[in-house]
This record gives sequence, C-alpha cells and structure tokens, in this order.
Amino acid sequence: MACLTRPREGNRVAISDEEAVRFRATVIELLMISHPHDCPVCDEGGECHLQDMTVMTGHVYRRYPYRKRTFENHDLGPFVTHEMNRCIQCYRCLRFYVDYAGGHDFDAFGLRNEVYFGRLRDGALDSEFSGNLVEVCPVGVFDDKTLAAHYTRKWDLQTAPAVCAFCGRGCNTIAGERYGELRRVLNRFNGEVNGYFLCDRGRYAYESVNGAERVRKPIVGLSGLSASELVRGLGARLESALGERRVAVGARPRVARPRPVGIGSPRASLEANFALKRLVGAERFFLGLADGEQTLVERAAELLREGPSPAPTLHDIEAADLVLVLGEDLTNTAPMLDFSVRRWARLRPTVAEERLGIARWNDAGVGAVKKEEPSALWLATTHAGKLDEIAAETFHAAPDDLARFALALAAALDSKGGSRTAGEPPQKSRSAKARSAKRSAADGPSASLTADGPASDGDARLERFAAALRAARRPVVISGVSCGSLALLEAAAALARALPGPPPAAAAPLALVVPEVNSMGLVLLGGGRLSEAFRLAAEGDVEVALVIENDLYRRAPAAQVEAFLKASRTAIVIDHVKTATMAAAAAVLPAASWAEATGTFVSHEGRAQRSFQVMVPPRPVQPTWRWLSALASAARLPAGQNWLRLDDVLAELARERPDLAPAALVAPNADARVADMKIPRQASRYSGRTAMHADVSVFEPTPPDDHDAPLSFSMEGYRDEPPAPLVTRFHAPRWNSVQALNKFQQEVGGPLRGGDPGVRLIEPPAVPTSIPAAAQSSTAVTPSPPRPAAAPSSRPAPPPAFRPALDRLLAVPLHHIYGSEELSMLSPPVAGRAPAAYVALNALDAERLGAREGRPLKVTLDELHLSLPVRIVASLPEGVAGLPVGLPGQPFVALPAELEIEHEDGHA
Amino acid sequence: MSYLRGLWIVFLHLFRRSDTVQYPKEMTYLPPRFRGRIILSRDPDGGERCVACYLCAVACPVDCIALQATEDESGRRYPAWFRINFSRCIYCGFCEEACPTYAIQLTPDTEMSEYARASMVYEKEDLQIAGTGKYHDYNFYRVAGLSIGGKGKGEAENEAPPVDSKRLLP
Repeated sequence: MACLTRPREGNRVAISDEEAVRFRATVIELLMISHPHDCPVCDEGGECHLQDMTVMTGHVYRRYPYRKRTFENHDLGPFVTHEMNRCIQCYRCLRFYVDYAGGHDFDAFGLRNEVYFGRLRDGALDSEFSGNLVEVCPVGVFDDKTLAAHYTRKWDLQTAPAVCAFCGRGCNTIAGERYGELRRVLNRFNGEVNGYFLCDRGRYAYESVNGAERVRKPIVGLSGLSASELVRGLGARLESALGERRVAVGARPRVARPRPVGIGSPRASLEANFALKRLVGAERFFLGLADGEQTLVERAAELLREGPSPAPTLHDIEAADLVLVLGEDLTNTAPMLDFSVRRWARLRPTVAEERLGIARWNDAGVGAVKKEEPSALWLATTHAGKLDEIAAETFHAAPDDLARFALALAAALDSKGGSRTAGEPPQKSRSAKARSAKRSAADGPSASLTADGPASDGDARLERFAAALRAARRPVVISGVSCGSLALLEAAAALARALPGPPPAAAAPLALVVPEVNSMGLVLLGGGRLSEAFRLAAEGDVEVALVIENDLYRRAPAAQVEAFLKASRTAIVIDHVKTATMAAAAAVLPAASWAEATGTFVSHEGRAQRSFQVMVPPRPVQPTWRWLSALASAARLPAGQNWLRLDDVLAELARERPDLAPAALVAPNADARVADMKIPRQASRYSGRTAMHADVSVFEPTPPDDHDAPLSFSMEGYRDEPPAPLVTRFHAPRWNSVQALNKFQQEVGGPLRGGDPGVRLIEPPAVPTSIPAAAQSSTAVTPSPPRPAAAPSSRPAPPPAFRPALDRLLAVPLHHIYGSEELSMLSPPVAGRAPAAYVALNALDAERLGAREGRPLKVTLDELHLSLPVRIVASLPEGVAGLPVGLPGQPFVALPAELEIEHEDGHA
Repeated sequence: MSYLRGLWIVFLHLFRRSDTVQYPKEMTYLPPRFRGRIILSRDPDGGERCVACYLCAVACPVDCIALQATEDESGRRYPAWFRINFSRCIYCGFCEEACPTYAIQLTPDTEMSEYARASMVYEKEDLQIAGTGKYHDYNFYRVAGLSIGGKGKGEAENEAPPVDSKRLLP
C-alpha cells in the first residue's frame, strides 16, 4: 500500500493505473463482506463514505458466500446511536475519541475480524466531543440520535452556513432544516477557529429553535392585536415618549422627561444591537450584561485592542510549545478551546520527534513519542477540570490567589526589572532571574498560603511553572472572564506580556474566553451598564423600555429587574424564546432565532463572522432589527426607518463606526452573485417540493426571496463551489459524505479555498520588534528579549491574598457545558445531561460545617436564602465554595460572592 | 377510382371487431406491470414494507412524493406520513425502481379523475394496501442486519450469531 510509504526520489505514483483501480475495488469488496444489508434504514445513507467508495469502485454483487459477522449494540446516551454491524474496523472512532478527545469510556474490544468498538457496557458517552463520532465514522455505526428522531436525508435538508450560538468561541456550523424544523447541526470547517470538530453543546443545542419555549406570535396584555397594529401602537408610544422629550428639551432644557431605554443582548447579533442603539440613542443604550461581567468583558476587549498580545487562532495554539490556562475550566466555558488544547497536546511538535526522525503523518509514532514526553500544559484554576489529567501540573486556588500567582510568574520571568516588589537594577543573567523569582515568591505573591500550608511548596511550584515558561519559545496563555475576577484578567495579560510571542507579535498570544456568542461584539459596540438603566427607571426617567433577546433575570437580582420593569411604564420585549422578563412586558414581539435570521457575531478573539439564515420562520416572526426598524418607522424616527435589508444596517454601522466596518465585509453582501446566480440552500436532489405543502394547498408557494444574503431558498442557483463564507454544504460530485470537505480545501488539512471565513475586528497595534532574527531561531533557554510593553511598572498591583474565613466561604462560579448556557438548556437532549442545582464544598470545609454529600445545605448569599444539596469537590481550595452558573430556575447571583452558611440542623 | 377504394375499405370495417370498449361498463385489460396509481404494499408478514428511506422521493423527477420517517420502539423504521401529489405525478415508475423494499408499486389502475386538484393528494392511509402487491415473498427486515422487534442480531438471512466482544479466544 502506498499511503504509508515514504516518497523517494524518482518515485512514480499512479492512482488511476488499472492495477491500483482493481486493488481499491478489492479492498472495498473485502470491507463489504460483513456489511449488513441495511442502507435504506441507515442514517448515514446518502452521506456515507463507504457508500460513495463502493459506488466509485463499482462493487455491485456480493460474491462472498459465507455468513455475515454480527454484533450487539450499546446504548450510548442521548447524542449518538450505535449499530456495530456496519463497522468496517477503521479505528477512526478510537483515534478520535481516545487519542484526541481524551475519552476514557470507549475502546476496541476483541480480536481479529471481530474487533468491537464501544463502551464496556451501556451508558452515555462521557466526552464532551462525542458528537464528532457522527462525522468521523465513515459508515453508520455512530449517527446523530437527535436527527434520528426526525430523520431526514442530507439531500433533503435546507442548509446554510451558521455560527454556533452557544458560547463565545464562534465555531462554524452548517445547520439543516426540513419541514420548517431545524433538524441537525454539522461542523463547518474553519481552520482558524474550530477545524474539523464541534462540541456536543454546539451540535445538539439546536433543538431550542424548534422547542415549545419559542415565541411565535406577538403577546399583548389583553387584546389580540395583529402584529402591524401592535407595531403602530408601540411606535406611537415611542414617539410620544420621544416627543415629550423634544418639547422638554426645547422649553426647559434642565428637566429630564421620561424617555426610552434600550437593553441589548450578547446573544443578539451585532446588527440587532446596533439597530437598538440607533433607535434609542447611544446614551440610552445599555448592553444588558450583568454589571460584573460587563466590566470584565470590556476589559478583555481593551486588553486585546491594546496588545501587544494578539488573540491566538487555532494555528497559533497548534504551533505553541506551552499552553498555560489561568482560571478557566475550558471544558465547560469554551469546550472547543479545550479540544484544541487536547489536540495540540497530542500533535504539538517536539524535539524528540525531530531527533528520532518521526514524520508528522506517522500518527502512531507521534503518539508513542508524546506518551514519553512530559506534558506542556500548565493549569492554574479554581477547581479541577477534565483537562487536569493531561496537564504537567495543576494549581487550584481562589481567583485572587491565581492572579497573585500569575503576577508572581510574570515577575519571575521578567528579564529587565527583576522583582516586582523591589526595584532592582535590571539584570539579565539566568541566575538573577531565578533569584528574583524565588524572592518574589517568598514576598508573598505566590498563592501558596491557602492551598497547601507551607510556603516552600508554593515556592517550588512557582519555580516549576516559571522554569517551564522560561524555556518556552512559543507559549500561549488562555484565561477569561468566567472566574469573575478582574485581577486575574489583568494578571493573565501581564503574564502574556512577559512571555515571548510568535514573530510579528511582541508578546505571547492571549486567549480570553467570554461567555456568549456576541459578548465581544456587544462590548465593542459599547453601551451603558444595566445598573444605570435601573437607576434611570427608578428616577422615573424611563417611559419605554426596549429589551431585545435578553432575559434580565439572568443578568441582575430579581428584585432589581422587577423594580425596573415596573418603573419603566411600557416594557417591550423582542425575543425568540419565552423568558421571565416577558411576564412584566406590555408587549412581546416574536424575534427570529439564530437559524432564522442572518447576522454578524463577534467571537471571543474579536472575529466577526456571518451566520446565515437557514429557514424562513412563519409570520410574523422576523429578525430583531426588522422589528426595531418597523418601530422606528411607526414612531416616525429618522434612525433605521429606511432599512429594508441587512446590508442597509451594515452600511449604517460602517458609516457610524469605522472600527466595526470590517464586520460588513466578512461575507459577500446580498447583491453578490456567482455567475449571475445566488447560492442555493437546497441540494440539487432536494425532494418533495410539490408534495410537502400539498396537504395545505396543491398550489406550490413561490420560494421566498432572501433580501439579506446571496443565498436562495431553492434548488436553483450556482451549483459549483461557492466562496468560503457561503458554503452551504460539503458535497462534490460522487462525494456525498462529509469527506467531500477535501474538495473545498486548498490542500488536505489546509484552509478553505479563498481563505477561512471571518475577519478579526481587533488586532493589537503592530509593534516593530527589535528581536534579531538570530535570537528567534536560537534554542537559547532564555529567549525573552526586551519588549516594549513588558515594563514591570505597568504591571497591576496584586490583589490581597485570599484568606479563608471561619464563618463564610467565597463562592466561585462553576460552569457546566450542559446547563450554564441559556438557549442550549431549551434543547431536551442537552437539558437531560445538565446537573441539578448544588453547592460544591471542599472536603475539609464540608467536614467542618457538618455537610454531607447530597444533603441539603442552607446558605445565604447576597441576601438570597438557598437550600442546596452539597457536592464534595475535593479540588476546591479551602474556604472556597462553588455554585453552578446559569442553571434554569436558579436566581441570579453575581459571583464570586461571599456565602454564609446558615447553621441550624446541618450538624450531625 | 380512389374514392371507390376508400369506400370499400370502410365497408370492410363493418365486419371487423370493434376496438372501442364500452368503458366504464366494459373494462380494458391492463397488464400487471402497467404504471398507474401508486400504492404502498405490505410484506408477507403483514408489516408495512416501506422503511421511509426517502429513495422514492429523491428519484421522483417532479418531486411529488414527500414523507417523514419515524421508528417504533423496537427500531423498525416506517413513514409517519407519506404523501403523493398525483396531480403532479407523471407515472414514470422511477419510485418503484428506486424502492429497495418493493414497498411502493405502480398498479394497473388509472381511474383517478377528480373535480378538485386537492383530491389528487393521497396520504399514507390512501396509499397503503393490505397485500404484497406484485412481489409476494420479499421481506426487507429478514435480509437486513438491523434488529427489530421479533428479530434479534444475527437472526437475519446469512448471518452468524452476534460476536461476544469480551471473548479473547483466538
């Protein structure tokens, strides 16, 4: 076989030689020997690699006269089906699930032609990336269980390129619709963001679009007004609110009269938020983030903008020789970053590989070498996560201590200023640095005080971390806002500044995780704080409150939200799912979900990406910006009145905000055509066109026009390869499976032709580095050259060390991949995997407080009295408790916060 | 002269058997493989033959077949609903050719005139018949390796019993 033979000078490779063709046909015939006769009932049918290859090699009749081998199946949980009879023993599932995704509950069993892939016994797959088995498996052993519940063939799905709406990472997806229902989500390759894979939240949360929790009709207090009447009424209300102000400003400029406020949302598109900002005016627009979160995300955006650390792309992570994670439980806050780190840990280039002459394609060899090599992943988090098992070392401490630890590391690394505490003259020798590191550790910034008694342990740890960082030539720092600690954010940035970066960048890349799909875009757009809006309402300065795609009860304490909604006389909520906020609204307008509207979202690295409308929602559901534009027209406001298409909104955005102008250019606009044609959302074999609506009317409806995108809701259009941001499906003639992706890439594993989609809105200023080329290529252990921004004076002061108190605990947020995100919890398969509310305690604290696993514990926090079952989390530092974030029904609490234990009957 | 010949031929036709049939009192013969009204058949065991694989729908050149697959608790696939818009159907028979289970068959019935087009839309209950149609013996699930209610793994034709994956004997 040629695929594992090294090319040599003078080799000739023929893939269309008669012998090669015959050889391939024989291989396929061999694979088909035990393949069951069940393509018609197999979910892979029509997008099956084996099916494609069988057709391509021309195997038609079975010649093998003996019996077929069969296997029993496992129940693999709510995400993935299992039908082992179809297996061709290619081992892809094992290589993905165990080698790359780091799963432990899956293996190959048995011998020879009876090798079995599965779990030891029935049970849900444990990995957060199990859904990728659906795409990785070339046959139908693993398929999408949620798709099977409303099964549709690939050719019957109306698909469009979307951006995953369920975390801040901005993974690219292809979402598919049939009969007005969203039916599945597949990965869409983007070499800079998610590569070939998706997490299970991203893949299975789509059912929230179909769910019972959708708002599909306007909801008005009493009367059943039509949508247009309602908009007219609300517009008049808005006009009067503004009109009063106009008069007031004209007559008595000092007296403020009631006016509208707009509250945006991190899960609404950039266009929707911009439309709202234009409608209510910049000074009356509030971001709709929790106050603490807004501070953090705003600072994260600033840090990325100021630089010198750029946000890493997937390529930067893959090329790293060390990854340091500060305070992020990546598995749960940005799952695909977790996966990228795992994949990097498996594939990162190492010296040993070079020395032993192991080629990159030799996966088994690379894997064997990696097993012997020490890990290059270093973690400092509040509690143990799934990544801990592949880390070189982990350190768990309270957020403030993590910040102190990061600053101590930065000080230890600093080649110029020596210690952070004492202003010594700059020293450059290694020993001086080591000394300064030790001293600064002894001075206190090391966060060892609480975690494990003697300070010397902490010193040694700091020294081990520092030594690893010092040796790193291309480190990447990953931190984020999920800890809720500003100090940690600053410290992570300071540490990244002290580390060397890949050539054009002056410092190590810094990934800052933000919670929601458009958190970063919202902050870049800019607006006031929720508390300011509440204050305005309390002062009686709010006549109309416009809330878009936001459940305020998830952003602020319930009492404050209630007061706000009561004080603002008319609350208009525009959203696509039912929320608690709607209860007090005067009117609710049904918005289009992410799958029903085209919009731009900005990911945590500042990458603007267009997510295209997959399906046409039933009237009167429409995109939020259209509702706002209609309101503007009804209120006879100039802003946004003439917006007919998304491009009008984007043009206005580009005019008003030149810094956000590239957001308009991330994908071709609605007028773009390829060979005078739109790109079809439906495959050329899309079936049932003249029958699917026939039960309603035999007269087929005209396909709806799409005014917002150069995609059409029909089979007609440009059939060949579209521009990369407009790829509606991976399919090439004869390549029906997802393997057709290789036809869309510049080379296998390379970027999509025309470049991976998405434009970064934030790039740090290009700092001309003074690093000579020789220093870059040298293998010196002390690579950090002087960097402009690394002056220790600019470093933030460390926060005071965390000291555990006897009577109270510090509650830190614990995120859950299934549970912490609002929309994904409306998808039954995801909700089924979510935990119930709990309070996590360290074993020592639990013993001290007399709390036992599973028993309810009464706690008070932020004037809220809660009774929560205890979960012992051994890795939590002493004096720190954990509370799950964002679970449905749990009241909002700004974390981290002080948590008091109510003693009454808890003691045994 | 030619007039006379023409008259003679017409005269001779008086003694030929008439081709015209007194339809509908008298029915013309249509062979079993005539491509008329489409039905969904059952397998010899009385189960639905259709496994909702969508191949008829995709083969249909006028896209007049739409259906939705579902499965029972034992994993047997069947269409939750199945609709043929006969006002669009061109009776080409591609659906029958595409069907891997002999479920969809064209029958020698052409009497489908309606006053309203909407009446030409047939749902599953209008299409499903009680018998096996033209093909009497075939039962897809007896051949396919998928286990369904009443048929476990390794019980289909030409199948070995399931492998014990925890056995390590050579």
